[in-house]
This record gives sequence, C-alpha cells and structure tokens, in this order.
Amino acid sequence: MIPQAIRQQLNAAHAVGDYRPLLALIPYAGLIGIECERQGDDLLFRLPANPDNIGNPLLPAIHGGVIAGFMELSAALYLLIYSESASIPKVIDFSIDYLRAGHFRDTYAQCQLWRQGRRVTNVAITAWQGDRQAPIATARAHFKIEPEKPLKSSGQPPSE
Amino acid sequence: MSDSTLMAMAERFLSALKHCQLLNMRVAQADGDGMTLVLPWSPAIVGNPQTGAVHGGALTTLMDTTCGMATLCVLPRFEVCPTLDLRIDYMHPAEAGKDIYGNAQCYRVTRDVIFTRGTAYQDDPGQPICQVVGTFMRLGQDIKGGIRFGNNLKEGGV
Repeated sequence: MIPQAIRQQLNAAHAVGDYRPLLALIPYAGLIGIECERQGDDLLFRLPANPDNIGNPLLPAIHGGVIAGFMELSAALYLLIYSESASIPKVIDFSIDYLRAGHFRDTYAQCQLWRQGRRVTNVAITAWQGDRQAPIATARAHFKIEPEKPLKSSGQPPSE
Repeated sequence: MSDSTLMAMAERFLSALKHCQLLNMRVAQADGDGMTLVLPWSPAIVGNPQTGAVHGGALTTLMDTTCGMATLCVLPRFEVCPTLDLRIDYMHPAEAGKDIYGNAQCYRVTRDVIFTRGTAYQDDPGQPICQVVGTFMRLGQDIKGGIRFGNNLKEGGV
C-alpha cells in the first residue's frame, strides 16, 4: 500500500508540477539523474547528459541499460500519478527496441497508457533526443497495480 | 580463444564502460559456455524505498551488458555489437544486501545478428530474479570505434 504521507506528497507534487521531492525518495532516480515536468495534462521526463551514464566510451553513447532504466522509471512514475493504484506499480515485464544510438546529450521520454485493467496496465514509452520524430528507443511494459477497492473474493480470479 | 584470454578481454571491455564502473560491476566468469557478471548490491540501485528492492533499470543494465558481452564468447575476433532489442521478464524482486549475478549465452549466431538469452539471480540460479532475451547487431570490425576498440582490447590499452 502507498502510505498516506506519500500519497499526499504525490498529489502535492502533481498539483504544483514539482516532482523533485518525489524523485528524492527513489535512490535509482538520483543515480541516473531523471527529471520530470508537467506539460499540460501530460508528463515529460528528462535525463540530463551525464558522463556517469556513458556506456560506449568511443562514440560516446549512453549505456543501453540506462536508457531502459530511464524509460522504465518514467513509466512507473507516470502510473503512480495517473493510474490511481493503491500500491506502488510493480513491473511485470519490459521490452525495448533500440532505434538509434543515444548520444551524450539530454534525453526525453513520454508515456502512453494503452490499457488500464483492474490488476494490470500496459504502457508504451518513447525516448528521443533532438528530434521527437526520430526516437532513439521505443519500449512497452506491463505493471501490476492494486485496485483502489479490494476485488471481491469469490475464490475465482476476477475477470478483467 | 583460450578462457584466460577471453576472461582478460572481458575485464578490459567492462572496465571501459563508464556506467558499469559506477555500479562496480565485475566479471565473474567468461568461457565458451557464456558470460557471468556481478552487480554488487548498493543502496544507490534501490528502486522501491519501501521494500529495498533493486530497480529494474539496474538489472537491465546488468543484463544488457552481460548479453552484449556474451558475444565475445562466440566471435573469433572482437566486433562492435549494439543492442537491437531486449526483453526482460521479472520473476521476483531482488533482495537488498545481496550481490546479483547476470549470466548469458548466445544461442544463435548469424552473419548479421546474434541471439542471446540469460538470467539474473542472487543465491540460487534456479530461482532467477529475471529472464532476458536480447538481439544484437553485428557491425563487423570496420566501423567507427570498432577497430580501435578491438585493438585496444587485444593490447590492453582501453
């Protein structure tokens, strides 16, 4: 369950569009340096260029694992704010297609919630650098969420 | 290629990857059967502060690197092999305080593409944290950074 204090922090962050106190709670967010800003009804995630995130030193290019981690974390944060899950969304699986090298510059990500079931959500994530029309990677993930109200326990798994 | 040459090459390769150095990753085993890397647990890679579970991004970094480096085990000469795609199925969360092992093999090598699969685990390889499949593109040796990187690996200069 999301503790009441964190839920309040979430709501406050979303109301003013300052997500830094929320991100400060997640050590991995600080490790890669993810940032988040509100764009109307949407969220834009940013991964500022950081030498510590380099994989291939000769291009130089951001490590593919960091790009994936940035996109997975973006999706989880997106769901924290938009899915109204009673618990922190848990990743079930994650699949990423790398389209271009991620150069040593700022990277952006945006999420799309394709389907919200009662227990599982499907999210697509797109990451780009200079040109939004030329993404460096696309990904999709399933997350387990908890319904706000407990599902009726009939001994059978509830139908979607 | 002898196992000791492969092991030395893997260590030099890993030491060139900045982000992997930040995570203190190291080579546990490199031979004809595949590649095994270690990601030491640290508070910095936690994704869920409530449970202390490791973030999927750190696991993805471990497995992208392990699968990518498994190509060293099957190629006669070093080639740059960027990741085409990677899919991770999370079996259960990684526990706080315990090192994480990543193991991967190449199960098919073609002229252009290498197919890899692997798992990450803590105590028991039979109880993996995640299962991974990844596809890598063979760019050969004649691309930017390729020859220099390959020669540096051979000479130990990276």
